[in-house]
Amino acid sequence: MPDSSAAPANAWLFLTRAEARFIDAALARLIPADELGPGAKEANVTCFIDRQLASGWGSASRLYRMGPWQDGSPQQGNQSRLTPQEIYRAGIRETNLHCARVHGRNFDALPVDIQDGILKELQDGKIELESLGSKRFFNMLWKNTEEGFFADPLYGGNHDKIGWKLVGFPGVAAANYVDLIGRHDEPYRVTEPVSILDIEQGRVQVDAQGSPKHIRIKPAGAPK
Amino acid sequence: MTVTKLKPVDAVVVGVGVAGSIICQELAAAGLSVVGLERGRMVDPAQDFAMPYAHDEFRHDSRSNLIQNLSRETITFRNAMSETALPMREIGSFRMGECVGGAGVLWGGLSWRFLPWDFETHSRTVERYGKKHMPEDCTNQDWGITYDELEPYYDQFEHIYGVSGKAGNLNGEIQTGGNPFEGARSREYPNPPTQATHAGHLFGQAAASLGFTPFSPPTSGSTREYTNLYKLMLGQCQRGGFCSSFTCAMGAKGSPLTAVLPAAMKRSNFELRALCNVIKVNLDSDGKRAVGVTYIDARGRTVEQPADIVIITSYTFNNTRLLLLSGIGKPYDPVSNTGVVGRNYSYQATGSVKLFFEDKTFNSFMGGGGSCTAIDDYNGDNYDHSGMGFIGGGYIVVNSRGAAPINNHPVPSGTASWGSGWKKAVAHYYDRSFAISSHGGCQSYRTNYLDLDPTYKDANGLPLIRMSFDWREPDLKMSAYVTKKAAEIAKALNPSKMSSNPVSGKYNIVPYQVNHNTGGVIMGSDPSTSVLNKYLQSWDVPNVFVIGASAFPQNSANAPTETVGALACWVADAIKEQYVKRPGLLV
Repeated sequence: MPDSSAAPANAWLFLTRAEARFIDAALARLIPADELGPGAKEANVTCFIDRQLASGWGSASRLYRMGPWQDGSPQQGNQSRLTPQEIYRAGIRETNLHCARVHGRNFDALPVDIQDGILKELQDGKIELESLGSKRFFNMLWKNTEEGFFADPLYGGNHDKIGWKLVGFPGVAAANYVDLIGRHDEPYRVTEPVSILDIEQGRVQVDAQGSPKHIRIKPAGAPK
Repeated sequence: MTVTKLKPVDAVVVGVGVAGSIICQELAAAGLSVVGLERGRMVDPAQDFAMPYAHDEFRHDSRSNLIQNLSRETITFRNAMSETALPMREIGSFRMGECVGGAGVLWGGLSWRFLPWDFETHSRTVERYGKKHMPEDCTNQDWGITYDELEPYYDQFEHIYGVSGKAGNLNGEIQTGGNPFEGARSREYPNPPTQATHAGHLFGQAAASLGFTPFSPPTSGSTREYTNLYKLMLGQCQRGGFCSSFTCAMGAKGSPLTAVLPAAMKRSNFELRALCNVIKVNLDSDGKRAVGVTYIDARGRTVEQPADIVIITSYTFNNTRLLLLSGIGKPYDPVSNTGVVGRNYSYQATGSVKLFFEDKTFNSFMGGGGSCTAIDDYNGDNYDHSGMGFIGGGYIVVNSRGAAPINNHPVPSGTASWGSGWKKAVAHYYDRSFAISSHGGCQSYRTNYLDLDPTYKDANGLPLIRMSFDWREPDLKMSAYVTKKAAEIAKALNPSKMSSNPVSGKYNIVPYQVNHNTGGVIMGSDPSTSVLNKYLQSWDVPNVFVIGASAFPQNSANAPTETVGALACWVADAIKEQYVKRPGLLV
């Protein structure tokens, strides 16, 4: 069995080491390791976020970026001129300044119950950050956490398919569910979800059309 | 600025999506020289959506590069005329396609026909309930075409896209197993209906126990291998999910790329030019006749393509915008209630009920290809609206799309939004939950409209389209009513937890809702209230045709694609059989 208790060591495309420590610490609270298994930090979601920030997405390459800039109603959506790179950079720096001012330490060095409180305040927009609303920073961090936890491992997160194993998602679909979709009382579960990375690295057999061959866990009582 | 002027062609088609591809194929097959211009890139399904990459939720859904790149062009939005419209800076409520095939590459496959009522909402409402029943400021109007006139073209589209379903009304006779409320069909669907998923099956049982008539709605996720009207082969849907936002690796989803363009591309009198963005329809000196279009090509050159017929087949927003930028038709003014271009923008009001169970699992990741179970009892005018304060309705449906996990990990309301509590609920309910949607229509109102934004520009320096839109009381009442009916069916299933979410409050452009924006270039029988006649031909410039959901005077509850496709077949026939022989207004 591969060791899924720890994310692999990373080198960073965009994040500073201090920023990576902040994100690691936040991920460990957002989707914690617990009795159900490893969480977002162990799934290497920090690596996912780093790669996303270094991509075109990180510099808002597909967003409308022309002015004039002005605030609108909530229904009109995001009107911030900050790119995701700028949101993370400012959000982390300014949250750490807040933590140092109120609690005497950076976020990642605080006890977990205080970290939980800080994340809740960010989420509720209750921490005054200088450059942006704390809610916007939190929402982006949380959305990226969910993405990195459930996206194919080829993007750097969902290490060892931790997210997929948690919910029972089989990954890349097998060739044919046509005969199975009507078997309503038969949960379809696989011994190991299949990722694109698994297929490209030759760990999983595929058929002529390129669909993976799942190894199913036979439901109790099912015919062999 | 140097303008390259090309050799004239018979017809130039602006936007090669669901409507444009059919027009290109039909006119080229009739012998016309046709050029299709598409602002997006070429897509090669065998490469872009090869296995296993076809099943990459993050690439194709979360970060799709086949959705409009807003850095070059977006829309602006406000809820009310008293507000300043601001640009939609990121994708949210709806997703406009930007590639050869358009949003028709990315669609989910639901292939409903509209109800006969949808084409005559105004006159049938007045007839059944009296004039007073029409909501205040509602600008609904009849289409100028009836369901019966369009029926042969629905049938044609279904045999192009290989639609799978079960007839509910064959030539006026109600059929067991189909939708008893549908308009009369001339023949069965080309392919058999989808099999119900576990969730769909339970929903169907509960609905039937309450006296409703559940059925499998039509879909373009082909249930068997099928050779279509253009002799193109569609594969069999494998029910593996990854449909909406994706293109099918099995070639089972009817789309411009699978069902139409490969036929058109074989013809020497058809040329498809990708990465060509049309910025204007050029008119002659008296503005009564189009002489061609101007576009910017991939190298940034300004090119003029002369043509005898101009057919505009892009999305709702750009169909409207191109007419406004070209000076075709009088712009709509909601204050004086005059003019037509931009009038009757509409959308769809879609609510949902979420159900959570402890003792049932659903194999939620299976499905897709339009695997749905639905009832139509509360759609259109299929039920009595006396004293209700609204018109129209919605269909109630379990749509088993195949639960890819980034977008599908629901938790009951009251669950912690992150942390161990959230994680436990996600792990437990991922495969123990489903949703029942109340998929509602939306009426048109005087101050819901499109025009050119006075401030914001696209990358070419041209004004963006501005959307002014909000929900109105009757549509909110409709959503509350139909969602309540959905909740009654949900309760019969005894979920351990459920939550009901009708459309409420102000229209918000941020959360994803539905890709069914309509109106702006509407058809009708009166030039003072419509841009197009019943053949989708401009009243003012008769060699311009504009096809799309932009032509709908108000929105049905049903997905628009099949009706857009049927209208394209209808217009292609009108051009081939009438216009070419006798150019000029067809009405």
